[in-house]
Amino acid sequence: MLEAILVMAISGAFFGGLLAYAARRFAVPVDERAEAIAAALPGANCGACGYPGCSGLAAAIAAGHAPADACPVGGPRVAAVVASILGVQVDTTRERQVARVSCGGGPRCQDRYVYQGIPDCRADAACPGQGHKACSWACLGLGTCVRACPFDAIFMGPDGLPVVDKEKCTGCGKCVAACPHNCIALVPVSARVHVLCRNRNPGPVVRKMCQVGCIACRACERVCPTGAIRVRDNCAEIDYALCTSCGACAQKCPVHTIVMEPEQEREVSAAAAS
Amino acid sequence: MKLAAILIGGILVNNFVLARFLGLCPFFGVSRQVETALGMSMAVVFVMTLASFITWLVQNLVLVPLHLEYLQTAAFILVIAALVQFVETVLRKTAPNLYTALGIYLPLITTNCAVLGVALLSVQQRYGLVEAVLNGMAGGVGWSLAILLFAGIRERLALSDIPPAMRGWPIAFISASLMAIAFFGFQGLFKEFFLR
Repeated sequence: MLEAILVMAISGAFFGGLLAYAARRFAVPVDERAEAIAAALPGANCGACGYPGCSGLAAAIAAGHAPADACPVGGPRVAAVVASILGVQVDTTRERQVARVSCGGGPRCQDRYVYQGIPDCRADAACPGQGHKACSWACLGLGTCVRACPFDAIFMGPDGLPVVDKEKCTGCGKCVAACPHNCIALVPVSARVHVLCRNRNPGPVVRKMCQVGCIACRACERVCPTGAIRVRDNCAEIDYALCTSCGACAQKCPVHTIVMEPEQEREVSAAAAS
Repeated sequence: MKLAAILIGGILVNNFVLARFLGLCPFFGVSRQVETALGMSMAVVFVMTLASFITWLVQNLVLVPLHLEYLQTAAFILVIAALVQFVETVLRKTAPNLYTALGIYLPLITTNCAVLGVALLSVQQRYGLVEAVLNGMAGGVGWSLAILLFAGIRERLALSDIPPAMRGWPIAFISASLMAIAFFGFQGLFKEFFLR
């Protein structure tokens, strides 16, 4: 018994000493600014910046490969701290972006077949026809985006469409990358009017697939006071630089593709709390 | 003759990856490019050879005389973990590009069952020191052979027209199993050519 303890203890000490020697002999110089920057970053290691974790981004910023405001989660506050460490100025006029699901189909979009497989949108999208929905741009509703979010900001709504909690969303973009149909896009947080469709097929074709798909009738284009909404490639698109959130297009849309978020945004938070 | 048997056996007949199915994690993880596979295989050969040497010494000079054979697993893991950490530290300083390319798979050599496997197999076969070291080296070389061939295949697969559902891991696993079946042809090699 005693021999066992001694053997393990001595071996452990010997190898520990060897490693300590190696650590000193083969030491790699580390930039102190990288350590300070890493401490200033949120530490969520979400990878939204495109670097491997917060320490990866800190090293990149210290080396000059990434700008001081590269962390979308930290936002302007963290960018200011990082900039002060580096001793530079940073542009703080960019508006926060949040995710928005650009599909309003759900039960209103036809199913091509019943999908019984791995409950992941990416597996569904690998099936014939790019998924079980008749529309190849539709949200498949299996929750890949919900699982991709590191901040718990997106959850599955009652009709099989994901709902984004704007308060929690940091605009990291992980859900955008996770969706196999590219249903999710990042929009400015103040944007309140959205076109919930990305279908590029002509109107009659879309009507067969989905009750709320854009039919490219251009009614929205005609009523928009600023010309922010345009029908491109058989689908309406809003340019948020011009949009004033007046909601005229949402009122005019005959198939209710365009929606306007209500004044009381607590509707989203209430659904999130339930 | 026995040394030749160990060498041929470890590299071809009882290939650690394709016949014994050990060391699969880094095998699949680092085989996307031939360059990184080459770097990884050098690290694995080095670790397996040196680990065989040190673990033989530990087993026969420390554990057996003191009747502590039951500490074998713990002691071997201690040796292997320290060795891999040492390799990692040296590599980080001397070859930073290779270090970054290998990434997480370098410390994964520690939990790589091939390294512990070759050490335990040498003990099980009651090899002497030279035989044990040769076994370790042969295992490493066999592992390298397998991963280099596989990396070459995967580089070509990346440019081929594969059905969407099969891209990435599925086709990699299937290709590896086909390689394993092919290497099955080496069974009986030794008997045919060396024991005639």
